This record gives sequence, structure tokens and C-alpha cells, in this order.
Amino acid sequence: MLNSIAYNISEGTKSLWRNRGMSIASIASVSASLFVLGIVLAIVLNINNFAIIAQKQFDNIQVFLVDEMQADDIARFKRKIENISGVSKVDFESKDMAMQKLKERWEDDAYLLDGLENPLQNSMIIELTDIRLADEVVGQIQDDAYIDSISYYKDVIDKMLTISRIISTAGLAIILLLSIVSLFIIANTIKIALYARKREINIMKYIGATNWFIRWPFIIEGMMLGFLGSAIALGAVYALYTFIFSKLGTETYSLIGGYLLPISTIFDNIAVIFASMGIGIGVLGSLVSLRRYLKV
Amino acid sequence: MIKFDNVSKAYKGDKYALKDINLDIKKGEFVFLVGSSGAGKSTFIKLLLKEESPTIGSIVINDIDTSQLSRRKIPKLRRSMGVVFQDFRLLPNKTVYENIAFAMEITGNKAKDIRRKVPTILSMVGLSDKAKSYPSELSGGEQQRVGIARAIINNPALLIADEPTGNLDPKNATEIMKLLKDINNRGTTVLVATHAKDQVDKMMQRVIALDHGRLVRDVERGLYNDAK
Repeated sequence: MLNSIAYNISEGTKSLWRNRGMSIASIASVSASLFVLGIVLAIVLNINNFAIIAQKQFDNIQVFLVDEMQADDIARFKRKIENISGVSKVDFESKDMAMQKLKERWEDDAYLLDGLENPLQNSMIIELTDIRLADEVVGQIQDDAYIDSISYYKDVIDKMLTISRIISTAGLAIILLLSIVSLFIIANTIKIALYARKREINIMKYIGATNWFIRWPFIIEGMMLGFLGSAIALGAVYALYTFIFSKLGTETYSLIGGYLLPISTIFDNIAVIFASMGIGIGVLGSLVSLRRYLKV
Repeated sequence: MIKFDNVSKAYKGDKYALKDINLDIKKGEFVFLVGSSGAGKSTFIKLLLKEESPTIGSIVINDIDTSQLSRRKIPKLRRSMGVVFQDFRLLPNKTVYENIAFAMEITGNKAKDIRRKVPTILSMVGLSDKAKSYPSELSGGEQQRVGIARAIINNPALLIADEPTGNLDPKNATEIMKLLKDINNRGTTVLVATHAKDQVDKMMQRVIALDHGRLVRDVERGLYNDAK
């Protein structure tokens, strides 16, 4: 048993080497498909991750109020909102408090705001029990005369999720296409390998080699093509991702960088997906050729 | 050993390559299958090897009805036979030793058994000193000996030789026939398809003659042509 595994691997490797040109083409096509898959996966995973974080962080609605509103109006308005179901907490934030917060956020650059007439508005910050109730709550208050504008992040999150869906759909279409191309190239490589060993196969059949004994080396060859392709793609995705991560991770882009998933959290998943897809394409490609060209 | 019962083989509808063949070959026999090209010798061998199945009739080999045999059991059937070809069919990138060992490897023999058995067979066919040579370095006669060694290494009950001397000069041909007879003397049933009249006449073995797909003659200790 061990003997025949060693035999199959050595035969597969020999054939791989004998057909270097086609082997390289096969490996490259698998790499290309999986590389695209890696990019799509990285983008989709990051957007989804961002959407989850954003949902947690922005599970509130900010209602900006007109300046003319008096203190008792504000108190009455606050009570009104508090009585809406789905609202867990309402905080009033005056324009001065908002300015203070802005200054804190700008840190060293805060002096730019000095001497400026406060352009910010008073607002109510409404915390919800569930972000999905945002539309309903907004619907119940939006007609109030004191409201200047309402800002909440559900629409932003929705938009991002839509983008993520579009990217994954388009990405999957491209991956499917590239996978079919890879499959075709691998099937062709195996076909050439079959022709190169036609004589040997013919003799093997007469001597009474079983069909699987004849097939295995070719399946192993397809497997190796797929596996090597996936390994190269994994390396390329790793390099590209860490490069982008380090660029965006610097302070200039800290806003985006803070939300990026580090490579370590997604690497294992991508590695498993790549290896199984690469090997899958390779095996399938060789089976296609064996079925068509190896009459046993 | 081999029993053809009313066997016909038609290609493309009604063109018969073999028609109404009935014959019985017993274990340990040495049989010549003769006939000009197109007489049906190749089809006969293809049926034995189960490369083709008869259109009508049944073929029983070693008590197994091969016309009923499932595709998966074909390898097992073929392991009970050795085949020798006119064009030798050796692997050019393997040495003599490796070519013979190959037949044992692909039928799943242990490395230890292979190392033990290949030299024995090599000495039997008189090629002990050529073990490390490549087929291209051998004469036609020597290459055919390698072919025969490969065919018998797995101890088949039946040895089928398809024009084994077709590419050889008379001297080598005689030696190959002698080797086949030696193998037969050790108990292996041997079937030789040939149109080498001289060899057949010299050997005086059972002769089965085919003509246009029909069995026209089957005589013990016969000649290539009718000897009246």
C-alpha cells in the first residue's frame, strides 16, 4: 500500500516534470483564479467585518435640532422620544458639548477651531435597543418641526453590505470563469501526459493493471498542479494583503486601518479554501481527461 | 483451458471477422493459429484478451465465461495470461531489468519478490548479462526475449504470442520458437498466432487455421498448409 502511494507520487511527479511547459501553464491558471478569489474574499470579509463593528458602534441615531429651540421644548422633545418603543436612552448634546468633543478628537490641530463661531448644532443622541428598529423610530419623529436633520448609520451600513454583495457576486462569477479555464488547462495537461505514456498504458492494460492503478498517477499529477497553484496564490495574497495592511495601518489612514482585519485572522480560512479548491480543480481536471481519453 | 462455443464476431453490422468458431484448447497445449492477414487471427486474440466481446457465442477461459465478465474483472482475467507482441512493446526509457520488473510492480508484487524473481526469469531467457541494457541496445531477438520474460514473470496459465517472430530473421525466429516451446514444456499453455510457415512446419504442433473468419482446419501435429 505504502509502496503504491510512493509509486503514484513518483510517477505523477515525473510526468509533471516531463511536461514542464503545460505544468507551468496549469499552475499559473490555478494561481490566477485563486488569487482573484483571495482578493474578493479579503474585500468581502473586511466589509462584512466593518459592517458588524459599525452596527455595534453606531447603533444610535443623531437628531440635529434647529437653533431656535428653547430649553423646555428640548426637555419635552426628549421625553417624547423616550416614550417611543425601541429607544433605550436619549441624551441631549448641546452645540458647545459637540464642539468640545470635536476639539478632543482633533487633538493638536484643535487650535484651528479657536475663535470660530460654533457652526455645530444641538442634537439628541438616541440609543436603540436594536439597530433594525432605526427606520421605525426615525419615521415617528421625522415630521417634528424642531428637527433640522437626522443622521443615522443604517443606510451607510446597508450600502456597504450591498457593495459587499455586488463584489462577492461579481467576484464569484470571475472565479467561476477562471476556474473553468483552469480546469480546461489542467485537463489538457493531463491529456498530453496520457499521450506521452500511451505505450506504457497500453502495456499496463495487457499485463492486467487495474483501471485505478493506471489512473492514480494522473490524478496525483492533477492534484499536485492544483496544490502548487493554490500555494503560489496563497503566498501572493499574503504578500499583497500584508503590504496593504501596513500601508493603511499607518496613522494617515488610521480611520480605515483600524477596521482592517489582520492577516492572521483570515489566513487559515483562506489557506483551507485555496488548498481544497486548488486540489479540487486539479482532480476534476484530470478526471475529465481520464474519462474522455483513457479507454480501459 | 480455452473453449470457443459457436463464436462469431461482426464489425459494423454484418461484416464478420470471425464466424461460427468452435474449439477447445486444453491446459498445457502448444497451438499455432495460422492464416493470412485478414483471416481473423487478430480478432481471435482480441477476443481472448477481452479487448472485444463476441457478437454471438461464448468464450470460456479457465472456467470463466468472459462474454459475461464485467469490465472491472478484466484486469484479473489478463493477469492469468501473458502477451508477446510482434513489435515487442518494451518501454524505451527503462532497462531490461526494469521492463520486466514493471510487470510485477503494476500487479502489486512486493519489492522483495521482484528482486528475487526478475534475475531468475532473465537467466531463463538467457539475458542475465543484459539486465542493465536499454532496449535500443539489444538485437530484435533479444528484445523479444525481454518481451517473453515480461509476459511470463507473473506465472500466467496461458501465453499468447501475436506474430512473435514477425520482425526477426530466421535464426532468431527459431530460437524464439524454441523458447516458447520450453515455456510450454514447463506447463504453460501457449498460443502462437503466426504466418511463419517454416517455423510451424518445423515444430509439428497443433495447427488451427483460419480463413476469412472461418475455422478451416484443426489438426494435431500439423503443418502450415494441408499435408496430404
